[in-house]
Amino acid sequence: MKKHTLTVTVENKPGVLTRVTTLFRRRGYNIESLAVGETENPTISRITIIVRGDDRILEQVTKQLYKLVDVIKIVDITEERSVERELVLIKVKADNNVRADIVQIVDIFRARIVDIGKNSLIIEVTGDSSKIDAMVESLRPFGIIELVRTGIVAMVRGEIK
Amino acid sequence: MQLKGAEILLRCLQEEGVDTVFGYPGGAVLPIYDALYDSSIRHILARHEQGVAHAADGYARATGKVGVCIATSGPGATNLVTGIATAYMDSIPMVCFTGQVGTSLIGRDAFQEADITGITLPITKHNYVVERTEDVARVVKEAFYIARTNRPGPVVVDLPKDVMEKSIEFSEGAEVNLRGYRVMKGCNLGQVIAAVELIKKAERPVIYAGGGVISSDAATELRELAEKRKIPVTTTLMGLGAFPGNNYLSLGMLGMHGTRYANYAIGEADLLIAVGVRFDDRVTGNVNTFAPHAKVIHIDIDAAEIGKNVNTHIPIVGQAKEVLQAINERLEPVAEYGEWHRTLDRWKQEFPLRYGSSRDGRLMPQHVIEKIYDLTKGEAIITTEVGQNQMWTAQYYKFKHPRSFLTSGGLGTMGFGFPAAIGAKIGCPDRLVIDIAGDGSILMNIQELATAVQYRLPIVICILNNQYLGMVRQWQSLFYGGRYSNTDMSAQPDFVKLAEAFGAIGIRVNKEEELDDALNRALQATDRPVVLDILIEREADVYPMVPPGGSLSNMLGGDDI
Repeated sequence: MKKHTLTVTVENKPGVLTRVTTLFRRRGYNIESLAVGETENPTISRITIIVRGDDRILEQVTKQLYKLVDVIKIVDITEERSVERELVLIKVKADNNVRADIVQIVDIFRARIVDIGKNSLIIEVTGDSSKIDAMVESLRPFGIIELVRTGIVAMVRGEIK
Repeated sequence: MQLKGAEILLRCLQEEGVDTVFGYPGGAVLPIYDALYDSSIRHILARHEQGVAHAADGYARATGKVGVCIATSGPGATNLVTGIATAYMDSIPMVCFTGQVGTSLIGRDAFQEADITGITLPITKHNYVVERTEDVARVVKEAFYIARTNRPGPVVVDLPKDVMEKSIEFSEGAEVNLRGYRVMKGCNLGQVIAAVELIKKAERPVIYAGGGVISSDAATELRELAEKRKIPVTTTLMGLGAFPGNNYLSLGMLGMHGTRYANYAIGEADLLIAVGVRFDDRVTGNVNTFAPHAKVIHIDIDAAEIGKNVNTHIPIVGQAKEVLQAINERLEPVAEYGEWHRTLDRWKQEFPLRYGSSRDGRLMPQHVIEKIYDLTKGEAIITTEVGQNQMWTAQYYKFKHPRSFLTSGGLGTMGFGFPAAIGAKIGCPDRLVIDIAGDGSILMNIQELATAVQYRLPIVICILNNQYLGMVRQWQSLFYGGRYSNTDMSAQPDFVKLAEAFGAIGIRVNKEEELDDALNRALQATDRPVVLDILIEREADVYPMVPPGGSLSNMLGGDDI
């Protein structure tokens, strides 16, 4: 089933995220990724949701979301030219023998080392899913101790039509 | 003007046209009850918060106005939950005000604290916690606006005690501020024209009408369409009364316990005009074999209902009333459909609703309903509980008017009918109100007899008493080898004495000869409720029946009695 990116504009009020997420659970749709934060207008938040489903499921998700009083707008930007980004922090095992190799990988992916421990490094990487997956795979042989992802945020390119 | 939160609340209610509320007091709503003491708003005191919610719901269904509930925090609020879910499933406009512990105590597991907005999230159209007295007026306005517009539904407003106690400078003129909620007006004319073209071409059309016709006040428009084009009409359980059951074009109810001719008509139809319905599983049975030859026009106010369960050829989102008006304007009257009507008439003659004679000498429930229909001339407001009593009523009482059949269709709430009858009688004091109950259901909210006695409401409660949880027993008989697990209810109170203990009238009906007299006596009561304990055949079943998940064309029973 196809992956869809929905950007959902909502009232920036307590409880709104719960309304959105319980709706997905209640109707039996699975959220693959979710990111939420305030927008340029402090009374409005934007939720970026990645959901898998055929057209029928997506149509239902969208219509049901629109019924929530706190949801202002929903756009399925899957087919739009858009920028999608996710930020990931990876803590990887790194003794002196392998540090140079890891630094090289970090350079290639244009990631950053944000913390140096005695036997580990924390790496910050930003990008789309394919870049992040590739980076994670490259670091896996060294031993990933911890990994955390923000969830994808997305924005349509150019001016709003 | 300095006003307390509770006083602002009541003022705003009056501004919304509310003259009657249903409630039950408690600690957290003391400020509201104190304000009610001086108010002209009529407060109906139920005996359990579930009774409060169903009464407000019955009031809303019977009058078309928004039903209003008040309950205290914690258990008061949670006792409303079944009533709220009932209203939500049937799209009934309600606003429920719940008390809440003071704002400084919220989240600390305080005495009688419950997260009612969290609990009611999936069963309300919207809900609010009011954190500042300054927001009371706006929230009340929004709550009523949301409850009654578009697809109606219940809204919960949670009111912390200190928010109700605090006095502020009050100024009128609160406004609705909802950028995520728009009231639907009009409809897509292109779709209307496409629908009209389909209707003109159809040879075997059927109208499938539901509760949306009633909530949209579109019964007149529906009848115009049907009579203009001679289109037969079948209704859902929620749609009973949307089209006169005694009209020659009526096919009665469709679905699991619908008439054979309604279900056969769906099977043969080449056009289905679905108005204010949601293709519920109790209607469609197996969706893959539902209306297999029909193009579908689906008219509904809720876009999310279109395409949810079945594919639609022409979706029209809008108020049923407006859409039907637009369609009617573009159609010329026709004579009979000829062949199609002859087929339907043949089915009606061959497969009428019918029932046999009693096997145990007790009354046949279907006969009781027919008798009630005759005596009331089809003009009463009938509420039901849930199960066999509900289905027999739906089959044998030919409802003529919208808002005269009040039943829990979606949630299927036993214990709904009696408190709903109280709400209906409060809202429509000049109408005859009858609750058709089962001996299982009536015990679920029997405490409301005290309410009906207090307000001197001459409601008639007809208990179809088979000393079984009849519908469950029927399923056990059909699908579980007759193993009647926990459905025998023969250990039951003496309903006549019980009625009398509450100050109501109790009458037992043992045999057919006693029925007329008992019903006549009950219908003449003027100042108190009457409980008729009618002993019916213990193992009478509801037929015909589409087994769950089966096809409408394949019905059990009712053909060979």
